[in-house]
Amino acid sequence: MSKIKDRFKDMTDTNLLLTITIVVFFLMYIGAVIFQGKGFLKPQTFFNILNANAALIILSCGMSIVMITGGIDISVGGVTALISMSCAVYLDYKGGNVGVSLLIALMIGVAYGLVQGFLVAYLDIQPFIVSLAGMFFARGMTTIVNTNPFNVENPAFVALKETRIVVPGMGSYNKLGKYVDAYVEIGVIVAIIVVILMFCVLRWTKLGRSFYAVGGNKQSALMLGINVKRTKFLSHLICSTLAGIGGYVYFLHVGSGAVTHAQGAEMNAIASSIIGGTMLTGGVGNIIGTFFGVLSLSTIQNIVSSAGLDQAWWTGITIAAMLCIFLVIQSVVMARKKSSVKK
Amino acid sequence: MSTISTKPKSQGGFAGKLLKNQIFIPIAAMLLLLLFNLIVDPSFFKITMGLNSDGNPVLSGYLITILNNGSELAILAIGMTLVTAASGGQDISVGAAIAIAGSTLLRVLCGTNTRPDVLRTPVFVAFIVCCLVAMAFGAFNGALVAIFKIQPMVATLILYTAGRSIAAWINNNELPIISDPKFAYYGGFIPGIPVPTPFFIAVACVIVITLVLKFTNLGLYTQAVGINESSSRLNGLNPIFIKWLTFVVLGLCVAVAALIKVSRLSSINYSVIAKDIEMDAILAVALGGNALGGGKFNMAASIIGAFVIQMLTTTLFKFNVPSDALPAYKAVVVIVLVVISAPVFRDTMSGLAKKLGAAKNKGVA
Repeated sequence: MSKIKDRFKDMTDTNLLLTITIVVFFLMYIGAVIFQGKGFLKPQTFFNILNANAALIILSCGMSIVMITGGIDISVGGVTALISMSCAVYLDYKGGNVGVSLLIALMIGVAYGLVQGFLVAYLDIQPFIVSLAGMFFARGMTTIVNTNPFNVENPAFVALKETRIVVPGMGSYNKLGKYVDAYVEIGVIVAIIVVILMFCVLRWTKLGRSFYAVGGNKQSALMLGINVKRTKFLSHLICSTLAGIGGYVYFLHVGSGAVTHAQGAEMNAIASSIIGGTMLTGGVGNIIGTFFGVLSLSTIQNIVSSAGLDQAWWTGITIAAMLCIFLVIQSVVMARKKSSVKK
Repeated sequence: MSTISTKPKSQGGFAGKLLKNQIFIPIAAMLLLLLFNLIVDPSFFKITMGLNSDGNPVLSGYLITILNNGSELAILAIGMTLVTAASGGQDISVGAAIAIAGSTLLRVLCGTNTRPDVLRTPVFVAFIVCCLVAMAFGAFNGALVAIFKIQPMVATLILYTAGRSIAAWINNNELPIISDPKFAYYGGFIPGIPVPTPFFIAVACVIVITLVLKFTNLGLYTQAVGINESSSRLNGLNPIFIKWLTFVVLGLCVAVAALIKVSRLSSINYSVIAKDIEMDAILAVALGGNALGGGKFNMAASIIGAFVIQMLTTTLFKFNVPSDALPAYKAVVVIVLVVISAPVFRDTMSGLAKKLGAAKNKGVA
């Protein structure tokens, strides 16, 4: 027992919160299987959660990096909507090709990153205010580009959207007894690549370490010879670029442009990061945790909808309740740990 | 959050003093907007006396619209300034909290009947209940922030996500409509008085908060906690209670704003009521030149900031900007304002001005 306690004490904040997140996710999924029946045992149910949330995973990765550096970016939802609409208009009205639309998405993301990063890092303006204006701007621009929601019918794009990647050995039998392969969409592959890449960046590169250092204590980071401004700038650049990629993945999943797309995505991304153990004060967090944060959040949504509760009401309330529980757990655990270290 | 503060270098002369004064920022922004309107279209300043649909003489004009619609924003800015100063963060749930408070108000007034001919309870009683509910939710936010030490924006994210759902749940997802014309007085006009009532309510709130700041230590304590929590604790203050208290005060402000909002429509729409008002309220505080990281605050600057934000909205509406595209223009203006008021930018500019001045002197010599 004392050994476990010692280990608990020796854990870094990041790993401690990560462990809590992963444990809670598995408990929740097992609970879902027990109370909601076998639907959750099917691999495809899990893959559907991934398919629907690939974009959110990518957005949350970017959000985590900014939050680890001690900032915040609430413009990602707006950027996603703007990208969906711009690409949709480009593909359908101008009959453009898919490659260029991807380029548009990336360019919007990078442009956002450059401007917001510059304002936050070099002009020393509150990131919340900057990205708030960014969100306003993106939402407004989306309406200026086009107001009416519509589906994209560009054949090349639809073909890409319909591409299914079969996961071998994970299929299941449907009600007619026919074997159906389990599949994921392209977005999931992109999301997993992003998660792995960002995990490596944070863990093994100099840049990743300086993100943690700047978020943990700006003054100390400065004295260690880290270029604080450049680090902050890069964190925003990465976040917005990932928002560009995530926006395109979202677009690929829904296949339409609408002003109301990705409403509240920024809040979901922040919530996922927090559930995943990232702290808004900076310096603590992990991409793997964020990944599980998204999964926990969407599993809850799935449980709520499969329990037959009225979606629109209950999703909001359950997510909020979950966020509340996680925040309190985090705060209590950290406080206890701090006091035990002091002793 | 520790910030590397870059203090503006002391500038001499009247202009320098003026620039350093916090209230300068919102007033300068307001003057800029007024000047812009004066040049582009002077009809902005026209105030006419006309009869409204009930046959009462009322003032109308863009300036009156600003005073009218800016009222609830100004009321919220009061609470938001205190919360910002004490906790170093912002409450992003005020829009959702207004939905909850408004829903409660209607529920108490109407009971289960959604189309009542007579109100079940006097408005005053319903308002008290609404205040209590809003303060309870404020206390919930405050407890998360003060006791559990969760960052304010994250703590209030909970209510932000759930608030509108709770509001819908309070009234069983129905939309009560009040037909009593007296209820519309709070958000419209009282017969015989041509000035919109919300403005009077806002003025009353401003007077109350001025008196409170003048005769109690709330302002001093709030700033002390915001500047350095541990040292204020060592000086015998209770930072937890003070932080919590600011959130409760914000809850009270939310209740007043909800009364105005619901009275304007005599009804409620859970997903639309007070949408994005949290953003406007935070902008008002920021535009007032208050540090969003907590500490010193200037209440007057915040309140003026709220009216400037509303002036911006009205100006944009006047130029036929569709309401959905409004945020894009607002964002550009906000960024320009924030960049101008950024200390780094101001330092650079004053440095440039000094260099220019030196060059000129050299030329003269």
